[in-house]
Amino acid sequence: MRPILLKGHERPLTQLKYNKEGDLLFSTARDKIVNVYYSHNGERLGTYTGHQGALWSVDVDPTSTIAATGAADNTIKLWEVRSGRCIHTWNFPTAVKVVQFNEDGNMLLAITEQRMGYQGTVYVFPVIIDVEAKQAEEPIIKFSSPENKFTKAGWSYLNKWIITGHLDGTVSKYDAKTGELLQKVVVHEKEVTDLQFAPDMTYFITTSKDKTARILDTKNLKIMKTFVADAPLNTGAITPLKDYVILGGGQDAKDVTTTGSRQGKFEARFYHKIFEDEIGRLKGHFGPLNHIAVHPAGTGFASGGEDGYVRVHHFDKSYFDFLYDVERMRPE
Amino acid sequence: MPARIEDHSRTILDTVVVVDGAPIVTEKKVDALTKVLKKLFSEAGRVREDGFYMPMSPDGKSKGYLFIGFETVEQADNAVRGLNNKRLDNKHTLLVNKFTDIEKYGDDDEEDEEYIEPPEEPYVEQEHLRSWLKEPNSVDQFILYKGESVGVFWNRKSEVPEVNVNRSNWTETYVAWSPLGTYLCSVHHQGVQLWGGDEFGRKARFIHPGVQLLDFSPCENYLVTWSPEPIQLIPENSPMRGSFPFTTADEGKQIVVWNVQTGMPVRTFSSAVGPDSENGPGPQGPKKISWPAFKWTSDDKYLARVVPGQQIFVYETPGMGLLDKKSIRIDGVVDFEFSPAVIKGTGKKDEPEHVISYWTPEMNNQSARVTLMTIPSKEVIRTRNLFNVAECRLHWQNSGAFLCVKVVRFTKTKKSTFTNLEFFRLNEKNIPIEVVELKETVINFAWEPAGDRLVIISTSDVPTAPGAPPGARPPPGKVPGMPGSGGPVKTSVSFYGLERSKGVNGQFRQIMTVERKSSNSIFWSSKGRFVVVAAVGGTSNNTGELDFWDFDFEGEKKEIPGAEEVPANLTLMASGQHYQLTDIEWDPTGRYVATSSSMWGRAMETGYRIWDLKGQLLREEHVERFKQFLWRPRPPTLLTKDQQREVRKNLREYSKVFDQEDIAEESQASKELIAQRLRLLEEWRAWRKVVEAELAEERGGVVPLAFKSEDDGTEIIEEIVDEVISEKEEEIED
Repeated sequence: MRPILLKGHERPLTQLKYNKEGDLLFSTARDKIVNVYYSHNGERLGTYTGHQGALWSVDVDPTSTIAATGAADNTIKLWEVRSGRCIHTWNFPTAVKVVQFNEDGNMLLAITEQRMGYQGTVYVFPVIIDVEAKQAEEPIIKFSSPENKFTKAGWSYLNKWIITGHLDGTVSKYDAKTGELLQKVVVHEKEVTDLQFAPDMTYFITTSKDKTARILDTKNLKIMKTFVADAPLNTGAITPLKDYVILGGGQDAKDVTTTGSRQGKFEARFYHKIFEDEIGRLKGHFGPLNHIAVHPAGTGFASGGEDGYVRVHHFDKSYFDFLYDVERMRPE
Repeated sequence: MPARIEDHSRTILDTVVVVDGAPIVTEKKVDALTKVLKKLFSEAGRVREDGFYMPMSPDGKSKGYLFIGFETVEQADNAVRGLNNKRLDNKHTLLVNKFTDIEKYGDDDEEDEEYIEPPEEPYVEQEHLRSWLKEPNSVDQFILYKGESVGVFWNRKSEVPEVNVNRSNWTETYVAWSPLGTYLCSVHHQGVQLWGGDEFGRKARFIHPGVQLLDFSPCENYLVTWSPEPIQLIPENSPMRGSFPFTTADEGKQIVVWNVQTGMPVRTFSSAVGPDSENGPGPQGPKKISWPAFKWTSDDKYLARVVPGQQIFVYETPGMGLLDKKSIRIDGVVDFEFSPAVIKGTGKKDEPEHVISYWTPEMNNQSARVTLMTIPSKEVIRTRNLFNVAECRLHWQNSGAFLCVKVVRFTKTKKSTFTNLEFFRLNEKNIPIEVVELKETVINFAWEPAGDRLVIISTSDVPTAPGAPPGARPPPGKVPGMPGSGGPVKTSVSFYGLERSKGVNGQFRQIMTVERKSSNSIFWSSKGRFVVVAAVGGTSNNTGELDFWDFDFEGEKKEIPGAEEVPANLTLMASGQHYQLTDIEWDPTGRYVATSSSMWGRAMETGYRIWDLKGQLLREEHVERFKQFLWRPRPPTLLTKDQQREVRKNLREYSKVFDQEDIAEESQASKELIAQRLRLLEEWRAWRKVVEAELAEERGGVVPLAFKSEDDGTEIIEEIVDEVISEKEEEIED
C-alpha cells in the first residue's frame, strides 16, 4: 500500500508516537511544534505550539488525555490532547531529550542533556491524569551519571527499573525507586541512538551508530539478538504480531551532502527478530531516518526522517502472510 | 708497558687481511696481478705503503694467497665485508678474512686439539610453508585488509569467508604475497617481515628503515626493498648495532637486495642509477623512482636495470656481480624487458640463455630500433628498425613464444599518433616479424597467458598528452600497461588471434571489435581462455563496467569473416558493474574474479565482490575503510604437460563429480541452516514462555493502565429491539 506522506514539519523529525489505541500519531521535530494526526488517513488533528526550541521527545498517557513533550528550550510541557492547551510546564537547566510515561500513566520519566556544567540527569515526576488537576513541581527522584552521558531511557515493566542508553555504547539499569545503579553492560561500540521496548516490556531493542541493533533481556540485560546493518542506525522498533524488527538510519546527517542519495542507505530495513536475517527494505526518505514507531496493533508503522517528512505505512497482506519454512513447520 | 705493546701489535694485526683464492701466476705476471689486487682493495680502504705482501714459492710462482694491511681497522673490516667471496673471474673467487680471525679460529690453540664431536641438535619440525595447498578442493585463500585488521580467509564463494588468521595492526602500510604465495609480507617503518606456515608465524625480518616498496624475484629467492631514507649506520656502541645488517659500504644506499633464505642483504644500490648519470636527479627535485627497480629473469639467475640513454646493468646471482664485470653500453636505450622463457644454449656452452629485448629511439641519424640479445652470451639475435617512433612498449607473451612491440608512431604531420603492433615470433626460424597497423592509439594490451590470442583497448580521442617527442623518456614510475587517467574516454576493445591452418601458424587476425566502451583494463584468467575487460579507477565518472569474455565458448561456432582459421569462439558471457572499482584480480586457479574498491583509490563505497568466471556475482560485501583484497598466489603446477592434457580431456568426468559434491555440500548447508533456525525459534519461544509466566506472576492479576482494554478494540453496540409477536386484546372484568 502506498504510504501516507505527512508534511507537517519544516525541520528534521525527532520522534513519533502512537497512542495506546493507535488511532493517533504524535510527531515532534526541530521546528518547535508538535503535530497530531489520525493515523489511518493522515488527517491532522491539530498542532501544539508553545515551545521555544527544537522538540526532542513526545509521549501520551494510556488514556490519551495528556501528552508530554520535552524540548531544547529546557522545558517539559503537558498538553491536553483534545484541545492542545498547555496545562503545565517544568523548567530545567538544560534541554530535555526524552519523556516517557510509565505503564500506569502516573509517572513521567525524563532525561536532560549534559551541558554547560550541568550533568545529564534522570527525573521522575508524578502525574495526575486530569487536565484540571494541579501537577506536582518536584520530582519523586532524580539521579545523574557524571561520567557517562545519557542518550535514551525507558521504563521497565511494573515500574521496577529505568533502563538507560549512553553515549559510550553502554546500557544501564537503575532501580526506579531509589535511583541506584544495578547493572551496566557494554552493548555497542558507539553511541546508543534509540531504545524501544517490546509491548510487554520484557525485552527491548537498542540501535547504535556502530551499525548494529541488539535485543536485550530487560531482566538481566543479556544480549539476545544482534542485527548488523550497513549504515549507522538511528532508530529501531519491535513489531507486535509478527516477529520482526524495523531499523532505520543512514549516513550521518552531516555527511549527506558529500555523498549521493544512492549511497545514503536511507531505507527502513526489516529484519527477522529471531533469525536475525534482513528480509526487506523500504525506500522513500531522502535523508536519514531519525525515528520509527510501530502501530500498537502491529498493522503499520510510521517513519520520520531528517528530510522533515513523516511516512505512515499500513502493512499489506503479504507482510502478515510471510513465514519462514521453519515457522510453518512449527506453528505456535 | 708490555700490555701496551701487546695492544699496539693487536691493532696492527687487526688491520691486516688474509686473501686466499687469488690466481697462482708466474713471475712475469706478478706485477699485473699486484696492480689489479691493489686497485680492488683500495676500494675498501687505503692500503698501507708496505702493506701488500704476496709470498712466492721457490719455483717463482705466487702461492695464491697474500696479506694486505690497511691504515685502520675499519677499512680492514670493510674489505672483509665487501670483498669476501668476490669473483675475480670464472675460476677465481677471493676469500678475505681478518688476520686476527685466522688466529682466533685457527687450530693452534692447544686445548682444542682433541676433536670434540658437537652435540647433535635435536630435530625441530619446521612448519610446512605450503600447507594451504593441501586443501582437498583447492580452495584458495585471500587477504582482506580493512581498517587496521589484516586477515587471511578461505574463499567460501557466496558464504562468509572462513577466517584462517585475523590480526590487527599486522602491517603499517600495506601487505603483499610473495609471488608463489609462500609468504605474506608486512611492511613496517623498521623494515619488512615475512610470515608463513599454518599459523602465519614470523619467518624472516629484513631491517630497512623507512622501507616503502618491495619486490620479489620470481622464484622467491631474493627480495628487493626501497626506502626514501638513505641507509644510515647506527653508532657502534648502540645495542641495536648487533642486529643491524649494514656496513659502511652500504651507507647512503636506498635499494637493498636480500636473500630470503638467510635474511641478509646481498647487495645494496643507490636509487639514482649509474655513477656517470648526467641526467641524474634533475633540478626538479627528487626524481620519481621507477619500480620495480630491477627486472629479473624467470629463473632468478639475472637481474638488470637500465640507465636511460646509456646502458643496462645486468647482475648475476648469487654473487650479485656485474655480468662479465661490465655493463652493456647501449646509446639511447630507453627500456628493456627479459623474456619470461629460458632457452637452450646456442652452441658454445650449455649454459641456459635468456633473451633481453630493448629499444632505442631515433638519434644521431640512426633510426629507432628494437633489439633482441641473449644473456649471458650477449649475442644480438634480431634487430628491427622503426621510423617516426614516439614510444615503444615491449610485451612478452608469458611463455616467451612471442614478443609484441607496441609502437606509437607519428603521422607525417607529426601532429597526431597511431599505433603499430610488431609481433616477433621467437619460436620460428630467424624470428620473423609481422606488423599489424592500427589507426587508433592503443591504451592497453594483454596477451593470453600461455596462448597466442590477445586483447587490445584503443581509442581515437587521445586521452592524455600526445606522444612525447622522439628520444624522450617515458615518465618514470609509470607502470607499463596501466592507463594514465581514467577519464570518460570512449574506447574500443579488439580481440586478436593467430590463424592456424593445418598446424601452421598464419597471421594475427582480428576476431572482433566492440565499440563505444569505457573499459581501460584487461584481466586474463591465469589459465587463459577467459578474460575480463573492465573500467578501473576510483574517479567519480568511472562506471565500473565489467565484461566477461570466453574465447572458447562451448556452443555453436560463429563464423567470423576474415578470421575463419583462428581457433576461437569468442562470446560475451555476462556484463556486470562495480561502481568505482579500483582493483580486479583473478584467483590463481582461474575460477573466480575479485573486484574491489579500496579507500586508497579514493572510492566512496568501499568493499569487494567475488564473481565466478562466467560473470555471475557470488558475493558482495561493503566494508568500511577497506584497503586490499589479494588472492594468495600458487606455485606452478607439478603436473607434466601430458598429465595436464589428460586432465583437460577428462574434464567432463571430473566436473560431474564436482557438481555432485557441490550439491551435497549445498543440501548439507541448507539442512544445517534449517536446523539452526529451528533451534533459534524454539529457544526464543521457550524463553518467551518463561518470561511471560514470570511476568504474570509478578503482576498478580493487576493490569496496568497501558494494557487495560476497555473494549477489546471492537465496539459492542447494544440495540434494544422490540418485536411485537402478537397482539391480543382482552377485557378484564372486575
